[in-house]
Amino acid sequence: MTHRSHFLRYIYIWIALIVLTGITVTTAGLNVGRIGILIVLAIAATKSTLVLLWFMHLSTEKRLLLKLLVPIAIGALAIFIGLTYSDVLTR
Amino acid sequence: MASHAESTGHHPAHPWYRNEDGTRAGLRGFLTSTNHKRIGILYMSAILTFFAIAVVLGVLMRIQMLSPDSKFLSGQAYNSLFTIHGIMMIFLVVIPGIPTIFGNFFLPILIGGEDMSFPRLNLFSWYLYMLGAFVVLASLAFGTGPVDTGWTFYVPYSLNSTVNVPMAVFGVFLLGMSSILTGINIVTTVHQHRAPGMTFFRLPLSVWGIYSTAWVQVLATPVIGITLVLIMVERIVGIGVFDASKGGDPILYQHLFWIYSHPAVYIMILPAMGIISDLFPVFSRKNIWGYKTIAFSSLAIASVGSLVWGHHMYVSGQSDTASILFSFLTFLVAVPSAIKVFNWVATMYKGSVKVDPPFLYALGFIALFSIGGLTGLVLGALSTDVHTHDTYFVVGHFHYVIFGGMGFGLFAAIHYWFPKMFGKTYNYRFATISFFVLFVGFNVFYMTMLILGWAGMPRRYYSYLPKYTDLQVIATIGSWVMVGGLGMMFGNLIHAFFHGKKAEANPWGGATLEWTLPSPPAFENWEHNPPVITHGPYVFNGRDSHAATRETSPAAGAAAETEKKGH
Amino acid sequence: MWLFILSEILIFGGLFLLYAMYRAKHPADFHAGSMELSRFDGTLNTIILLTSSLTAALAVYSTQELNKSRRTAWYLAATIGFGLAFLVVKTFEWAAKFEHGLYPRAAVLDARPHGEILYFGLYFTMTGLHALHVIIGMTVLAVVLSWVIQNKVTQQRSAILENGVMYWHLVDVIWIFLFPLFYLIS
Repeated sequence: MTHRSHFLRYIYIWIALIVLTGITVTTAGLNVGRIGILIVLAIAATKSTLVLLWFMHLSTEKRLLLKLLVPIAIGALAIFIGLTYSDVLTR
Repeated sequence: MASHAESTGHHPAHPWYRNEDGTRAGLRGFLTSTNHKRIGILYMSAILTFFAIAVVLGVLMRIQMLSPDSKFLSGQAYNSLFTIHGIMMIFLVVIPGIPTIFGNFFLPILIGGEDMSFPRLNLFSWYLYMLGAFVVLASLAFGTGPVDTGWTFYVPYSLNSTVNVPMAVFGVFLLGMSSILTGINIVTTVHQHRAPGMTFFRLPLSVWGIYSTAWVQVLATPVIGITLVLIMVERIVGIGVFDASKGGDPILYQHLFWIYSHPAVYIMILPAMGIISDLFPVFSRKNIWGYKTIAFSSLAIASVGSLVWGHHMYVSGQSDTASILFSFLTFLVAVPSAIKVFNWVATMYKGSVKVDPPFLYALGFIALFSIGGLTGLVLGALSTDVHTHDTYFVVGHFHYVIFGGMGFGLFAAIHYWFPKMFGKTYNYRFATISFFVLFVGFNVFYMTMLILGWAGMPRRYYSYLPKYTDLQVIATIGSWVMVGGLGMMFGNLIHAFFHGKKAEANPWGGATLEWTLPSPPAFENWEHNPPVITHGPYVFNGRDSHAATRETSPAAGAAAETEKKGH
Repeated sequence: MWLFILSEILIFGGLFLLYAMYRAKHPADFHAGSMELSRFDGTLNTIILLTSSLTAALAVYSTQELNKSRRTAWYLAATIGFGLAFLVVKTFEWAAKFEHGLYPRAAVLDARPHGEILYFGLYFTMTGLHALHVIIGMTVLAVVLSWVIQNKVTQQRSAILENGVMYWHLVDVIWIFLFPLFYLIS
């Protein structure tokens, strides 16, 4: 791949990020109820994944463990939040 | 079969504590060195000093408890004593203990590497640790008085108590940062600096223990970091997240606190278990039973152990649903620990057992950790926990697992590696006698606490109902015997440090890499001649031979393989 | 570096945990609190940070693939500039809140329902901690920039540049989550 196409790829990712931002702001304006939090979180996760994969070069990373590190951290966090919910939501 | 050092047949270039020109490194040499062995000693000096101070605090507490109307300490003073004793022991001694002393000194050697991945970061971690320790200790003298909240800093008291909470909390925060950096260093080192042929499944289990611990350090410590920051922010700014008058939930503080502090106890015990896993094969002259099982059990304990924190909160107001969930997970995490104990004992079966001092402490570890673990089941079960929560039963439990577990693991490690580190031998007989004094005192002390707790004696109280007096006195006397044993043990080692006879390269007949180095090791581990690993860490060269089995040439490696097949 | 990023995720994670719990308990109050924030400012700041991530990534690209240190320097400078712009917008936002009495221990805020008090408590803590990381990131990048100018960063030795920029991306990713959670509660 040429330098130019590499350069353009960064621009495309940036455009995607801006577009997703626009989508998430617009969605928030609509009244979608309780599903709203899931949508915004999904879009935020997508944006973050784009940054991680392309700006932080995880997509070209060879070592498997490094690619898994962020999912591991998110997973740990999800478990902490989930188990805490098991208390807070059932009192 | 000649060891690597013996085959080269000369004295070490310059031992790790001397400079290239042969002069002693001195204080400056240690304070500015990024060499992992020197940093390990920096940690050792600091940690053992803090341990001694914290023991004294404990002794003072026990003196207070000799009679129910003792005026030895005020209630406020007693509160501060158990708080500082806890903070020092947990954050200054037990959590850093084995990873920073023996992880630093031996991890690179055990994997066949030259140093840690980030040597300067390593030295920085020590300075950060010392800064944190200094801030914690300074908080006793400056400000509005020594902190009295318990090492757990529970809200709302930690938000309202007028004593020097922010300073103590900030000190612990710095210690946490040091711990995270050490964890990062350890994980990276194990991944990047293993010698050729050192696959993950040829690593000594002590490395597996320290490695698993490092993951917990990186993932769990940040949570207490932010929690401590929140205490400071709450006190100063009043955001309300833990303040019930603003809608905050004090129980959420406990969740955040224990999300770290329970995995923290696995940070404490996993390295010790790893070292015990190294000792059993050596002193049974037999390969470990179930290497992979033990290796994976370390990872299992680290991961499942991160899910059980709610068992500290059964009676705090946590919902029943969550409590049941946490209780179930708690029972689950007992399984990999028990697996380790079975495997260790199975290693001894049909082995050629020699109970030298390191192994004596290892056996002590098994006994005491098992008792502690069993009492953990009582605490993990919801119904019996309601009876025992916040009593001496809990105090007995955690001293059995932490002191009897990590502590005895640490003592075993010291007795095992002392000849290697310092090139001197200590008196085995005196070490054995010290062990028994310590062991007897320990059990008299803490077993009595278990009984007291079951009988209803609350913890963190500076006085008590007269009916507990006899047992309290027995416990205190036990503590004196125990401390006597500690004094004898350390006295023996300190004496050996100055006057001990020269130690050989491999006094125990170990087959891991450190025993191929001279005692003491040189400043540079392998002196540009790194080992090539051809077999696992517990292959012994005949029942009675103390020669190491590591060789660096392929031919000798093949010879070792043939010998191994012969057994 | 990735391990360090992990620990940073867990630091903010603790705060996200508190947010998750309190939002579940006070959904209406959190919505009301969110209405007090300026969506325009939040969106603007999001675009600023996303663009700063682009320039940061291009800085690394200019060194690692193009070996052009001047271009790298300009991209880094732009990134730092965007960081500054972010902080300026944030300052205006916070100032507006202070004017309306919506800050911890203010009488106006204390009179509001509990959920709103908690919302703003978390808002200041989390955006404050994030802003601190922006400042740290800018400082790190400034140091890297000075090294780039001194030609200490080359195509072969670009680790410090890459690590500094990774930290900046982390700062961006955290904001990617903060933005919808505080500004876009419907």
